[in-house]
Parts: sequence; structure tokens; C-alpha cells
Amino acid sequence: MTPLLSVQDLNAFYGQSHVLRGVTLHVNPGEVVSLIGRNGAGKTTTLKSVMGVLRSRTGQITFGGQDISRLPSNRVAAQGLAWVPEERAILSTLTVRENLELPPSRPGGWSTERIYDAFPVLRERGHHPGSKLSGGEQQMLAMVRVLRAGPKLLLLDEPSEGLAPVIVQRIGEIIDTLRQSGMAVLLVEQNLKFASRLADRHYVFVDGQIVDEVPREEVEARRDDLLRYLSV
Amino acid sequence: MNTQLLLIQVFNGLVNGAFYALLSLGLAVIFGMLRIVNFMHGALYMLGAFAAFALGQLLGLGFWPSLILAPLLVGLLGVVLERGLLSRLYGLEPSYNLLLTFGLTLLTQDLVKQVMLSRFAVSSAPYSPPEVLSGVVNLGFVVFPKYRLFVIALSLVVCLLTWFVIEKTRVGAIIRASTENPVVTRAFGINVSLWVTGVFAVGAALAGLAGVLAAPIYSVEPYMGAELIITTFAVVVIGGMGSIMGSVVTGFAVGVLAAVGAAVYPPIANTLVFILMALVLLVRPSGLFGLPEGAR
Repeated sequence: MTPLLSVQDLNAFYGQSHVLRGVTLHVNPGEVVSLIGRNGAGKTTTLKSVMGVLRSRTGQITFGGQDISRLPSNRVAAQGLAWVPEERAILSTLTVRENLELPPSRPGGWSTERIYDAFPVLRERGHHPGSKLSGGEQQMLAMVRVLRAGPKLLLLDEPSEGLAPVIVQRIGEIIDTLRQSGMAVLLVEQNLKFASRLADRHYVFVDGQIVDEVPREEVEARRDDLLRYLSV
Repeated sequence: MNTQLLLIQVFNGLVNGAFYALLSLGLAVIFGMLRIVNFMHGALYMLGAFAAFALGQLLGLGFWPSLILAPLLVGLLGVVLERGLLSRLYGLEPSYNLLLTFGLTLLTQDLVKQVMLSRFAVSSAPYSPPEVLSGVVNLGFVVFPKYRLFVIALSLVVCLLTWFVIEKTRVGAIIRASTENPVVTRAFGINVSLWVTGVFAVGAALAGLAGVLAAPIYSVEPYMGAELIITTFAVVVIGGMGSIMGSVVTGFAVGVLAAVGAAVYPPIANTLVFILMALVLLVRPSGLFGLPEGAR
């Protein structure tokens, strides 16, 4: 199978510091893949590099067979990628509805009505400022906001962070829904329990490099290894 | 001071306020999105007036076509300035932008001076309001020039329209989003750079519009923007940087206050605005309508 996303020998830099060192990974169509590892291991940087938000990087990034490594992020988005940053980036000067309708809609994307039907709380809060939502609602809005553009791959950065367990479960259900609609997800997580429930495959990051790759079937057997990678 | 004189001063103040509002609105729109203080705003205002004058001299165009065309031309110049010069300084210290736009101001003023002298053999030129707006209106208690009432009304309409577009439409949502978080907005597939250029052009066109409107009142001359822009910066400081409604309300309010103050105690006429600015800076440094830097 030709991968949907393929990253070859990615190196990234913040000023003088070399934060990604030769990252190679791929995501197949419809697959949920997680990047796990400690804080500062390079997971978020990988997402930003793929999205074209971080431009000081080398290596090859192809999406659907197209080289996207030189495109600015607005054109990367037009190829069918969407990024949900860790800080969620709900715009406080926009209403919930304006937040939802900000990304340009594309063929195959969800309509506002379809999003409202699936997530009625957003319809109720439509006219509230984006900043007035709870943490869980903000994460929900951040995830469904990109659906209007109908992305083929969602780059999802720590969706479970700072949320109560019952909300985390709800976020997991949303990811399941997206996967069932055919969307692939590249998920950054530190919560192994959450990641292992969702992902088909895990890449383990240590110090800007991928040190291990664990498919879903091996997670149980290798749980101790994985926890050691994640422990501080 | 009798009531009639007071009312006349209020109207005069509203006329000045109309210009402060249009100019500080343009500055606020540009500052909000580009985070730069456009020192060239006064020169763009002058270029609006000069364009109206030159269109009349060269093409025989009257006030109404110039009222549309001159701001468009100034807006186009805005596109060239932003794409060609300002965009090269993004990410650098703000002082570079100040130096650039200040330098461009001096250059523009002297260039217009040369053109006016060599091409039209004048150093300043009167500009007539259209026939339909000449003369006065009797408001019962006072007579007031029709043209000045028109300036107040048009300025109000344009300011409210700008506010509406920015606060209530999809275009406005994109502009607000690009202002608040350009990185994420771009990643949604929105070409933020294009919007930045557009916003700068609109801000420049607003200055150009103010210039055309000013031509029949103050006449056209190369340095007409220099003094006005200093007062406008004071208005922006009083109202608070980046607030759309704040700059409009403050523009009109400062115009009226300064005019009434000047009638009550004439020696204070030229300094009242700056006394107000100093007071606001002491009590509320972020301006009457501005959010403190940390809360943005």
C-alpha cells in the first residue's frame, strides 16, 4: 500500500538547536498512528514540520505522492492536511460559530449543520465568544473545526491533555468517529492508555529520534518497555 | 460663552473629529493586523487630497469621481508599499518600520511639492466642493456649511461600515483570526499574507478618503498631513491601539473637546489634545478602549 504521508530523514532546528534528527515515518490511508515520548522529545515539532508551520527543516515530506516539504502551511492545508495544535488555539475574538466556519470549506468537508447535529453543544454555544468554552468543549471545537475542510489526515497534538477522564473518553469517541469516516490521524500523546486504545501503530520518540515502532498487537506484551520510554 | 457659539464649536469639533476618526481608524486597522505604526499615514492622507487635485487638473474629473478614484489610487499605492517594502521588515524590530515609514513620508512630501511647483506652478491649491454641497444650511439656531455636514455624515457612515465589516462578517472573522493567531489561521488554509496586504490597502485608502474630504476645507498642500497626523497619534494613544470602535469614538470626542476647549480658553487650543493624552497615559496607559498588553 502506498502511504498517505511519508516522512524521510526529517531534521528540524530551533535557532541553533537541532531538535529532530533523521525522523522517518509513514501513515497509511485511514490509519491512526501515535507518536509517544516524553516532553521535548520532538513529537510536536514533527507535527509542525509536516504542516509547514516550522520551516527550518530538511528532509522529504510527501503526502498522497506529492512533495509538500516546500509548501507554506496554507497550501499544505489545501492538500488535505489539518493540524490541531496542543494549545487548541480557539480564537477568543471570534464566536464559536465563527471559529467553526473559519477554515475554508472544501468538497468532501462537513457542513456546519452536520457538525452541529453531531455536536449539539456547539450549536447551543454558537454565539458565545470562543474563549467562554470549557477545556473539553474547546478541544472538541478545535478537533471538529477542521472538518469543514474535509482533511484526509488529521495532525492531533495531545488532545487528552488537561482533561477529566470522562471528557478524555468522549474525545476518544470523536477520534473513532473520524476514523470511521475514513480519515487518517497522526496523534501525539503522552497518555499511553489513551493512545493504545486508539492507535494502530506507535512510534516512540527519544531525544528527537524515533527509537522504536510498536504495532497494536505488541502493545500488551511490551507495555513495560513503553512505560519506561515515557517515564521521566 | 453663549449657546450659539458653543454649538458652532461643537459642529466644528465634529468636522475635525471626522478626520481624526477616519485617520485613526486606518491606523488602528493597520496596527491590529500588522503590528506596525504607520508613520506614513499623514502622507497617504495628503496624497488623497493631491490625487483629487491632480485628477481634476489633468483629466477634468470633479469631486464625486475623485472621491472614489483617489482613495482607490492611494489603496493601490498601499499594496505596492506593503508588498515591496514593509513586508521585508516583518519579524524585525518595530523601529525599522518607523524609520522606513518616516523616511517615506519626507520623500512623498517633497516629491509632491516638486510636482506641484513644476507641473502646476503652485505650492498650495484650493479645491472646490461640488455645487450641490456649497452654501449653508440653516439649522434654526445656527447656519452651517453644507459641505462640512456632509463630511461629518460620510465619515460616520464609513466608520460604522468598517466596524460592521470587521466585527460582523466572514471577512472580518478572517481578519480578526489573522490578527489574533496568524500561524494557526494560515494552517487552516487561509493565505494570511494576502489579507495583510488587503488590510493595509484599506487602511491606506481610508487615509486617502480623508484627504479628498479635507481638500475643500483646508486646500491641497504637501505638508497638510504632517500636523494632522501628530494629533491623530495623540487620538490613537487616548483611544487605545488597535480598537476599531475606540478609535472612532475617541476621534469624534477629541475633536469636539478640543474645539469647545479652544472656545472657552483660546490659549489652550493647540495643547489640549496633548494634555488629554498625558492624562490618559498617567491613568490608563493602554488607552480608554484598549486592552492591557497582557490581556490581548
